[in-house]
This record gives sequence, C-alpha cells and structure tokens, in this order.
Amino acid sequence: MTPEADHRGRPGPSTGDAGAPQVTVDGVAVTARTGQTVAGLLVSAGRTSWRSTRGGGRPRGLFCGIGVCFDCLVEVNGVPDVRACQRLVADGDDIRTAPRPRPAAPGGPAGDGTRTGEA
Amino acid sequence: MARLIAVVGAGPAGMAAALAAADAGAEVVLVDAAPRVGGQYHRQPPPGLADQHAGPGFARLEAELAGHPRVRHLAETVVWALEPRPGGHRLHLRTGPADSPHRTARVLDPAALVLATGAHDRALPFPGWDLPGVVTAGAAQALAKGQRVAVGRRVLLAGTGPFLFPVAQSLIEVGAHLVGVLEANRVGATAAGWLARPAALLAGRAKLPELAGYLGLLARHRIAYRTGHAVLAAHGTDRVEAVTTARLTRDWRVVPGSARRIAVDAVCVGFGFTPQLELAVAAGCDLDATGTCVRVDIAQATSTPGVFAAGELTGVGGADLAAAEGRVAGASAARHLGLAVPVPRAALRQVRAGRGFAAALAGAYPVRPGWRSWLTEDTLVCRCEEVSYGALCQAVRQRAALGGRVLRLTSRVGLGPCQGRICGRNAAELAEALLCRADQRPPLTPAASARRPIAAPIRLGELATTPTEPSEHGFASTDPTDRSEA
Amino acid sequence: MAAHPDVVVVGAGVVGAACAEALTAAGLRVTVLDRGAPASGTTAAGEGNVLVSDKEPGPELVLAQHSLRRWRVLLPALREELGPELAEVEWDAKGGLVVATTAAGAGSLTAFAAAQRQAGVRAEQLAPDRVGELEPLLTPGITAAVHYPEDAQLHPVLAATTLLAAVRARGGAVRAGVAALGLRRAAGGAVSAVVTSAGDLPTAAVVNACGPWAGAFATAAGAPITVLPRRGVVLVTGPLPPGTVRHKVYDADYVGAVASGDADLQTSAVVESTRAGTVLVGSSRQRVGFDDTIRVAVLRELARKAVALFPVLADVPVQRAYGGFRPYAPDHLPVIGPDPRVAGLWHVTGHEGAGIGLAAATGQLLAELLTGAEPHVDPTPFRVDRPAVLTGAEVRA
Repeated sequence: MTPEADHRGRPGPSTGDAGAPQVTVDGVAVTARTGQTVAGLLVSAGRTSWRSTRGGGRPRGLFCGIGVCFDCLVEVNGVPDVRACQRLVADGDDIRTAPRPRPAAPGGPAGDGTRTGEA
Repeated sequence: MARLIAVVGAGPAGMAAALAAADAGAEVVLVDAAPRVGGQYHRQPPPGLADQHAGPGFARLEAELAGHPRVRHLAETVVWALEPRPGGHRLHLRTGPADSPHRTARVLDPAALVLATGAHDRALPFPGWDLPGVVTAGAAQALAKGQRVAVGRRVLLAGTGPFLFPVAQSLIEVGAHLVGVLEANRVGATAAGWLARPAALLAGRAKLPELAGYLGLLARHRIAYRTGHAVLAAHGTDRVEAVTTARLTRDWRVVPGSARRIAVDAVCVGFGFTPQLELAVAAGCDLDATGTCVRVDIAQATSTPGVFAAGELTGVGGADLAAAEGRVAGASAARHLGLAVPVPRAALRQVRAGRGFAAALAGAYPVRPGWRSWLTEDTLVCRCEEVSYGALCQAVRQRAALGGRVLRLTSRVGLGPCQGRICGRNAAELAEALLCRADQRPPLTPAASARRPIAAPIRLGELATTPTEPSEHGFASTDPTDRSEA
Repeated sequence: MAAHPDVVVVGAGVVGAACAEALTAAGLRVTVLDRGAPASGTTAAGEGNVLVSDKEPGPELVLAQHSLRRWRVLLPALREELGPELAEVEWDAKGGLVVATTAAGAGSLTAFAAAQRQAGVRAEQLAPDRVGELEPLLTPGITAAVHYPEDAQLHPVLAATTLLAAVRARGGAVRAGVAALGLRRAAGGAVSAVVTSAGDLPTAAVVNACGPWAGAFATAAGAPITVLPRRGVVLVTGPLPPGTVRHKVYDADYVGAVASGDADLQTSAVVESTRAGTVLVGSSRQRVGFDDTIRVAVLRELARKAVALFPVLADVPVQRAYGGFRPYAPDHLPVIGPDPRVAGLWHVTGHEGAGIGLAAATGQLLAELLTGAEPHVDPTPFRVDRPAVLTGAEVRA
C-alpha cells in the first residue's frame, strides 16, 4: 500500500512529540500534539464553544465530532468554514475562533439585499 | 483501468473489502477522509492504553493493507461527487487537509465500486440539546479514542442501544467521571425485542460475554445503568450545567413525577445511527423499506450494477458483521471485473448470522415515538438554520408543507451547512406526525432527502478548476507531482 | 364532496396555484390536484425571479410587465385576506444588475437596454466605474452595466403555498398525492371528468398546469402539445456576511442563453444572495430530457463564471447543488388558452425559467379567458393553436 497525504501532519499522538506543531489560537501561541485535531486542541484547552450562530447568536462548539454537523467551524490560515473536528493541526497554523458572526462587507447595509428563496 | 476497484471508506467494512478485492487480483484504491485506516470503530488507539477493539487484529489488518502491492490508500481524501458514466461511475476526489482550499483533485473511473461509508450517530432533539457540552456519543468516543481527551469532567451518557457501552468505556479510560448511563428502552421492551428472534439471539451469543464485560466495568466504577430513562432537557446559558432526566414509558413518554435534575458539564447522546447515504443515492442504489439503509443482495450487490455496499450503510450490526460484509463485497466486486474468485463461504455465513443479530438489535433498541413529546415550541429542530419545533409545526399546518423539499423550503429546516444530515430524519418524523389526514400525504421518497450531489464540502474556487475527466490511466490530478497508476 | 368543482387545475406549482387563485377570485369552485406535494416540482427548483431585465421587447416582456404590476397588487390583497404570516412570500425589490465584461458584450448590452427602454422598461445605464457603488465586491473588469430597479424576487414555494392557501380559504380544495391520469368526455366531446388515481372527478373544465410534464398530461388527455423540459442547475454556497452580493447580478450573455433553443449546454453567471445569507449561482440550460443527474462539468462552469464575476466567492464552500426542469415550447413563448380540439381543456404551461414572475398575470389571463371576461393582456401570442405548440406534437410525444 502507498499511503498518501498531501500535507505534513502525521497521525497518531506520540510521547515526547519532538515535532509538536506550534500554532496560534486567536493570536496566542500554543503547542499542539502531533495528530491532534483543531477540536481536540480546543477541548483540551478547556474550550466548549468557539462560534456563534448567525440567527440567535447561540454558542456552538463540538457536536457530532466526525465531520457531519458543521457546528464546530473555525477559520484556519485565513480560510473560514473549516471543520475543527476534521482538521489536523499543522505547524504554523493560524487558528481563529469566531465568537461573533463575521462582519458585513465594507459599506454593506446589513440585511439589505439578502432575502429570498432556495438555499 | 479495467481492474480498478474503488473502495470508499476505510472502516472495518472498507478495509476487509479492499483486501478481499486485492487478494482476488484487482487493483484497489481505498479512499478515506481520515489520515489512517480504521474508521470510527478502529480509531487510532492512543499509545499506552490497551484498546480491545484496535488490538492485534487491527494491527495485522493495517499491516496487511500497507504491505499489499495492489492496494493504494488515499488518506485524507474525500469523494465529493459521484456521477454516472457509460458502464460505471466517476468519482471526484480531493486529497489534503480537511476543508483546505489547496487540496489535490483526482478523478477516478473505477470498473467497480464498493461503498463502505458508514454511519453517524443519530441525535434526537430535546430542549437545550444545542448547548455546548451536549455532544453525540460518537463525538465523545472520537475525542477519547483519537484525541485522548474527555469531553467533560462530569458526564452523562444517554440514548439507546448497546453501542453506548464502548463509549462509556472510552470515557472511563480518559478519566471522565461518568455519572450514569441512561438507556431509553425499558428492560422488558428490550427483552421482548430479543425474544422475538431467538435464532438471532443465539447467533449473537458471541456478543454476550462482551456485554457482560461492559456491565462489569460499569459496576466496578459504580456507574448506574438505568433502563427506561432519558435526558429530557439540558440547562445552562453558554454551556450545559445540568440536565433533567426522567423515567420513560414503553413509548418514551415521560412518567409524571419522575424528573430529576443532575449537575453535569457534558452530555453524550446517541439514538442509533444514520447511514451516510449520499454516494449510494448518487449512484442510484435502491434503499430498503426503512428508507435509511442501502438494499443489498446476498453478494452485497446494490440495485446498481457494479456498485456494492458493506457495513453500516446496509444496516447497523457492529464491526464483525461489517468486516464480513466487506469481504463478501470485495470478492463480488472482483468477480464483477471478471476475476476468478472463490466463494467466500465463511464470510457469507458470518453475514447471515450477523444480519439476524442486527435485526434483533434493531428490534430491541428502536427509537420510539414518545421522543416527540420531549420538545417544546422553542426547541430547535434544525441546529444550522435555528428552526424551532414551533416554526416547523407552523410550516406544516399553515402552508400544508407536505413533501420533504417543500417542508425544507418553507421552514428552512435542513437548508444549512449540514444539509439535513443531523435533522433530516427527525424533521421528517415530526412533520409526518402532524399530518393526520391520509390524503395530505404525498408519496414519500426517502432517497430524495439523502440526495446531496455535493457529497463533501468543496470551495467554489476548487470547483471552478476541477478536472472533469480522468487521465488515460484512470486518474486525473491537479497535482503535477502525482504519480500515475503503474 | 358536496358539489363538483367548476374547474380542476392539474398541477400545484406556482402557475397552477396562480390560476386557481384567480379562478376562485372570480367565484368559481376549484380543485387543484398534484401527483406529489404542492410546489415540489419546477417551482421548488426556481430562484424566484420576477424579472423584466432578461426579456427582449415582445409579447413575453408585455406579460412580464403586467405580471410585475399584478404581483404588487395581489400580494397586499392576499395579506389583507390571509394575514401577514400566511401571505409572507419574501418579496424583495432588490433590482437587477446586468454587466458585460468584454467590449463586444458592452455594445450588445447597451443596445439591448436601449430597446427595452423603448418598451417601457426602466434600464439605467451605469458608468463602469460606478458599478462598485451597487456591488462593492464585483470584479473590476466591467465594460458596461445596466441597473434594472424593477427586477424583484420572491420565495417561489412560499408564493405558491400562499396562493393555494387563498384557494382553500375561498372554499377550494388542494389534493396532494392525487395524479390526473386522463379525461372523460361527454357525448359531444367536451370534458366531463378528470380520471385520477383516486377515482373520477366530474368537472366541465380542466386546466393543464403540469409545467414540463404538461406534454405528457396533454397526451393522456388526447390533445398532445409540444412542451419540453430544459434542465437547469443551481449551486448554493454556505452563508456569507450580509452585503456580499446585493442585487441579482448576471452576465449579459444570460439573455442570449435564455433566448436560445440550442440543445447543448449553455451556462452564464447569475449570482444573487438569499435571506439565509447563502448565494445562489446559476444558470445552466441543457436539453437532456428528464435526466436529473447533476453533472460536475456543469457545476464547474457555473463556479468558474461566478468566481470571475465575484472573485471573493473563490474560498466560499459550496453547500449544495440542485436541479430542475423548465417547461418550454419550441418558440419560447408561454402557452395559455383553450385547447382547439377538446372543449373544456385548457393549457397553461411553457413559461420556461420565468414561471414565477409570469404566474400572476398568467393566472389572471387564464381566469379572464375561461370566464369570458375581457383579457387584460393580448392572449394571441400565447394561444395553444399555434404551429410551434401543435405541429409535431404527436411526433415528439
């Protein structure tokens, strides 16, 4: 078998973790463990929620834990909507939690022109 | 690639299918989202903790796959679309860190396909179920086994079915204080379900020592295992701080006066499983009478020629049954390619026995309709779009929103990022219960609700540049360093 | 049932619902049948367009202008009649913004808009450097832009279910899961009943509002017409911050695709946001019969063109894709009127991708024709006995 993955993260927590990924969470430097997911990192640090819903501003964190529910979304390296329970931390990752909904586009009258239809 | 078989999902069923097909002479691509094979069941065991599931058997399997010259494992790879092509199907893959916009694209035209995409926990809504700290049993187990983290310090586990036991074990192993395990079905109801199928009970006798072991474990840790009980509500502001539990009738209505409040910082819930059907539905596979599982014949063949299914996709019956189904499916897929394959008699026998056990399980641990009485007007049914039970009722009653699609579009239930994976079954059952007149019920099409042509997340920019044809070797890739199949 | 319906409408999509609403408003007893759930076919796959911007001067534009006015009168009236909740259809006069990205495209868009102005459409030419005021995140490579403030949008399933609620409120019936299988005819040849999966339903008038399936019902009714399905697919993104996309924004080549009868795949960028914050990305047109497979090649083209218009969308996750079938007649005009062969049979179909917008005037016109009132729009261009609809119907059916 030829196992293939296109990034550096190797699975399996290891003791003594020489290559432990250094990441930042909301700008704060954190040492993660090899094989850790972003959700694993956040829960280990005592976080239970790291996002709010668009409608009611309800707090959200881990729910299904296997990539199905999309509750645990974070921003990684500037890219939003990353499932924390699926994403392995990699050295240098800039992880941003989103306690509030993202702001509107510049000059955007909130709520205008955003109605209607299928989705 | 005349001899290429794609196996989607590398849990017990997919691993077994890949080996069986490769042993029969086929070239196998084994695709899975995780970095290592094993699936949810054989989730990579943390070192230093003996794990009875991912024991020597798993290590041997993993080594066998790794050493097999005809198995290529695509780790961290999702199948985000499956479309028909003349004589088969075309898979569209992305390999790389989950949800990254910089993943490698591949297109695969296998000659046969084995779907072993598994299932996820079913969660039933109840007041407060969307508070942080309320997670599925599977989430708690994945955190414990894969990340070696306990989801909380004082944890309550609730739901139905024997799959709660290994979750309890995992939680104990990572040091959580388990304040109780609540089984919603009552002992009498459970026993009746088992007794209705004595043959299956016999077939499942291998499970009895395992069950006894779990009960012993709970007893040693002085953890109460209460049948006929459930979590009725979770309380807290920014996270769960307490729950109300209650005793249930046989139909899961609350026994008056039985409510108790318990302080917890995490609740894990699991009410059976929902198979991940999107690829099977995209391949046009018929579902079974329940509309939740893929229908297969004795050879694990689906209704679509060249497409085979194994494991929880075809009905939940545990890892042993899944692996046996995988062996049969792998052999059948190889035979579909014209390879001479001996009849996998032992595996067929195991499947037959295992299916009986699975049916007995389903009979013993059903989800009973009384759960609907736990909801209040403002209980969210759809977590993504924050659709309350009250809003759902209004859509059904006022708009006569009858079909699944119309219900989704009028109430917005299931229209969010999870696309109804969590709430779809629950919303359908709630809506159906609200429709009393038979002529208000248009024919239900269960496959329609599992129809998700975008089977896994992909970004618009990735889609804009995705290859649509495979290379001459059966692979297309956007990665210039990607080696073509030899 | 106490009394037989005066009219049976077959098909509970937005067009059938609008016909039934107008007929009940005229005092007729109406029963609406649908083989599935109401509003679950083409209506559920629509984006809710109420547009004048994509129509060249001609009878369809006239119908669209009347329909826009009619929706604006009908919706407040329904709000009065049914109450605000049940009459909520998420009407949004967001306006359309049509852009060109090439020099050639700029010329034809400018000429097209000039002709529309002649026909009474508000089409405001914008200097390319002022487009950013309307859509800050649009690509800077715009060569021409026209703003259509009259363009609106509504939620098609809410609209259809609101219209059906009005039908029920006026004593009409809506029966889901009842398939119309054919007609019974009296001795003189006129319609006497609809044969349904739930038995015969006596009536003297039947409206075939089966959308892309209208040809099949017409054949079953013994009066074939040529109405064909044209496949369309829409991509839906995950929720985005408000203000990302503010109008219905589309590339000028959309108009060419709408008017074309080519069987080959045509795509053009049509981008707009929804109340939920998601962005809808269309549009594709393809003649593939009723094959409902969603093709990656089509999705790729939609994605490519949308990202070209709004580069900010590249990192946005696609939440889902869905498809539907637009009903069209070979001459791309709606079919509204009596069947020349079977007395009592009416056809109302062929609105292609504009059924939501055209429904209000269509329902009104059908009711006027059926009751013998003076039609508010010239019905001649839409008549059933025109060659495109009748010729070759037997061959194609």
